[in-house]
Amino acid sequence: MAQGTKLGFYLLLTPLVLWLGLLIIIPHIDMALLSLRERVGVGEYATSLANYRGFFGEPIYMWTFLRTAMMSMLATVVTLIIAFPVSYYIAKIAKGRVQSVLFLLCLVPFWVSELVRTFGWMILLRETGLFSSLLQWTGLADGPVEMLYNDVAMMVGLVYTSMLFMVVPLVTMLESLDDAVIEAGYDLGGSGASVLREIVIPHAMPGIVSGSIVVFMLSLGNYLTPTMLGGKDSLWFTELIYSQFIVRFNWELGAAFGFMLLILSSLIVWVTLRLTGQTLEKTMGS
Amino acid sequence: MTHNWMIGAAVAVSLGGLAGGVSADTLRLLTWGGYAPDDVIEMFEEETGHTVEVTLSNNEEMIAKLRATGGGGFDLAQPSQDRIAGPQAEFGIYKPIDLSRIDASQFIESMLTATKLNTTVGDEVYGVPHVWGTSGLVLDTAKAGMVTDYTDLCGDEVAGKVSYRLKRPTLIGFAFAMGMDPFAAYGDPVAYENIMNQVETALIDCKPNVKTYWGGGDELMGLVRSGEVVAAMAWDTGGWKLNADNPDVTFVAPESGALGWIDTFVLPAKGKADDAAYDWINFVMRPEVSAKITEASGNFTASLGADEFASDALKARFQNSFPPEAIDNIKWYPPVPAGLEAIEGGVLDRIKAAN
Amino acid sequence: MTPDLECQGLTKQFDETTAVRGVSFSVAPGSFFSILGPSGCGKTTIMRMIAGFLEPTDGDIRIKGKSMLNVAPNKRPVNMVFQHLALFPMMNVADNIGYGLRRKGLGKSEIARKVGEVLDRIGLPGIETRKPDELSGGQKQRVAIARCMVLEPDVLLLDEPLGALDLKLRERMKIELKSLQAEFDTTFVYITHDQSEALVMSDQIAVMNAGQFEQVGSARDLYYRPKTAFVAGFVGDSNRWRGTVERVDGNRIALRTADGMLIAGATQGAPLATGSAAEIFLRPEAVRVAQDAADLAHFDNRLRGEVSSLLFNGAASRILVRGESGPEIEVTLPQSGEFANLTKGAPVHIGWSGDQTACFAAGS
Repeated sequence: MAQGTKLGFYLLLTPLVLWLGLLIIIPHIDMALLSLRERVGVGEYATSLANYRGFFGEPIYMWTFLRTAMMSMLATVVTLIIAFPVSYYIAKIAKGRVQSVLFLLCLVPFWVSELVRTFGWMILLRETGLFSSLLQWTGLADGPVEMLYNDVAMMVGLVYTSMLFMVVPLVTMLESLDDAVIEAGYDLGGSGASVLREIVIPHAMPGIVSGSIVVFMLSLGNYLTPTMLGGKDSLWFTELIYSQFIVRFNWELGAAFGFMLLILSSLIVWVTLRLTGQTLEKTMGS
Repeated sequence: MTHNWMIGAAVAVSLGGLAGGVSADTLRLLTWGGYAPDDVIEMFEEETGHTVEVTLSNNEEMIAKLRATGGGGFDLAQPSQDRIAGPQAEFGIYKPIDLSRIDASQFIESMLTATKLNTTVGDEVYGVPHVWGTSGLVLDTAKAGMVTDYTDLCGDEVAGKVSYRLKRPTLIGFAFAMGMDPFAAYGDPVAYENIMNQVETALIDCKPNVKTYWGGGDELMGLVRSGEVVAAMAWDTGGWKLNADNPDVTFVAPESGALGWIDTFVLPAKGKADDAAYDWINFVMRPEVSAKITEASGNFTASLGADEFASDALKARFQNSFPPEAIDNIKWYPPVPAGLEAIEGGVLDRIKAAN
Repeated sequence: MTPDLECQGLTKQFDETTAVRGVSFSVAPGSFFSILGPSGCGKTTIMRMIAGFLEPTDGDIRIKGKSMLNVAPNKRPVNMVFQHLALFPMMNVADNIGYGLRRKGLGKSEIARKVGEVLDRIGLPGIETRKPDELSGGQKQRVAIARCMVLEPDVLLLDEPLGALDLKLRERMKIELKSLQAEFDTTFVYITHDQSEALVMSDQIAVMNAGQFEQVGSARDLYYRPKTAFVAGFVGDSNRWRGTVERVDGNRIALRTADGMLIAGATQGAPLATGSAAEIFLRPEAVRVAQDAADLAHFDNRLRGEVSSLLFNGAASRILVRGESGPEIEVTLPQSGEFANLTKGAPVHIGWSGDQTACFAAGS
């Protein structure tokens, strides 16, 4: 009996261990070792921190990372600002069918691949695209307007791509808030703003934090949207990693970049959690 | 191409050893779009009994994929001839070609000889030529007729309506257009870096003129077709395809010379189906089969006599873009020595980051 | 004296259904007013209209003489204790209670003082820093009331706040609520479907059915002098027969049931005509039990039967008696204990006075 239980336990554990080991731990160890290798000649390598020195020594890399992080944070904030009222409407105001339809509408864009979604935005925003034509047709613009290939277009794409990952945790949290608690807020003299500030937002905080972490990390790790919508100035950190690995054949520096991305983004998340007085356990355990 | 491709690459490494069970008569072909059209595959499968699995890619990704698996996962690959010797010396991802199994009589002799020379590491030959073409200017001649060389892309007349790739061909092309010879400096890193620094300055100055750096062929076609871009640095075939839709748009060989490339056949180091690979090479180099590939890809091949089968329209476009002196002026890529990519990489990063 | 709360012709229409139909009542200052009715009768709708979460379709709500129509919930001098209390889970007790005071813009120290005071009054001093989920059911109850009372509302609304508590605690809280109401000397409007809560605590009770008030009165009035068949049936337990009126003499009538039993009774409300169908209600405690028929001679209703069931419940023990005809009659045993040895099947005599019954026209 005990033997059987033990076997069952290991059988259950196996997929998790395989998943963690093969797909996460081993590749990361491999990456770490790779990042500590320096090419000294044709096919010759030595262990050194040269790649990390390269990262800190070249201002462009640090600047690119900072820009990526700032833009990702902005994308997170914008996503939150848009997603919150949407989630509130879905969770608290819409009822029955309308509620499911709205939720489904948030999901629909994810039925196609990221590439198709991004192309959709390109069709809308480009100089000969829909918005430009519409503006000219209504007389609001004299000539074609280029709305693609700038930071705003990139932001639109990032927010659009991230929306669902913010809406889902927010709707879940807001649905768990008893309507009576909101009513009690009003009943005791609260205005819409104070109910939002003191009751709704504190209650939704774990959802806000987990949604924000996911959106931030997704934006930071996004490759397609910044390169396709951002154009010549997009300058996204993942592009740097991609070009180190694929274009330059410089896996060592690419691995160092990958590790810096991992470390710095974890640091940002940790600091933000600290500043907002949240913990990962509280957020994920909710 | 997702952001977690790194993990994918690592998985490919760990699973590489498991991929050996594939039947020997399945040819896993790593190639470019248009190089293995469906009707050619069908004919080949019928004639030889082999089956063909095609994976589409580009130079950099081909090498990255093969490097990730130590040269496994594919039985035949088609990188450009200048990208064979360097990666082979560095990573050992190819195996030598047994020239006795290749029907040399099907090849244009000069091209075969040149490719063999460029892809030799030690005493072994690693590549034979397949498709060749050039990079140059794709222009809307009605609106950008004044553009005759890469540097003209930075002129005020075409401001905001220009596109090129942020890749090494652009650096090389601009260097030639600026009156320098980067190929001559391949062996001298200091001189090469000096050239690249000048190109960097020029391209940073040119940045406001650029609408966007194009990434894929379809993206460029869309930009030119819609009229958003009137002058671009691109492949000849792109210009010819656009010419079919809009006679104003065509490929123009720049004054400093078009950049000539040859895509090859190479055998990945851990390929399992060499027989099928040699069969494929000898099959597609037949003039009538090569003509089909020319039709699909828009580029000519190294197959002797295939020109006779090519369509008149394509021949006309080719002759239009390449007067005899322009053909003589084509700059063929010599093999890239290892280490140059690092210099170019820094330049490309700085151009991208410049404002 | 102006009533604290006055409703006039209050009506609420939801699409097709009318939830509240022309309800009028007034609540005297400092009294405990209950609205008692089965679920779905419209009592919650009335409460939500008073609190301001619903707009009446018609009619007026006045608090201390001032109309509350078009006044937002956060501007009304009423506060509400919700069914599940709706304490703010993210705040501690002090912040919960201080929430309304903060909205009024009071200073920090004054809020702290008031919170301390109200916690003293509800007998829970020093629990400021606890979170609601660390409190017991009864403590939560009191904190919820304190959270409202600290704002000194003119009227406190309570929406079945005891519903979620277990029986023992509910019994205790009934008494506690009543004393809290006396302590704060505030008008309480309490809605419930539990008659014992309403009867124990209220000064005035409105019995509500299908969107209308059936009767408003004291617990005693409702129990002993129900005005409608619904009230008679809903408030307290009753034996219940249907029959035809055979004879009318003032408010005294004689009624023949379908089984042929003749019952003497009295009308409480509208008079009944001979031959009309009627319902008759009889409280179990109005029925006397005797071993000997002679002891019951003074009753105008007498019956011989046998005990078909013993329902022992301490001081409130009852028996079911089956007569020669008709259904079983529920009878409360006297507390003297003289029938403690009664067994099932034992022959007994029962009798009751016709004045103790309540007769109403059937179907009303």
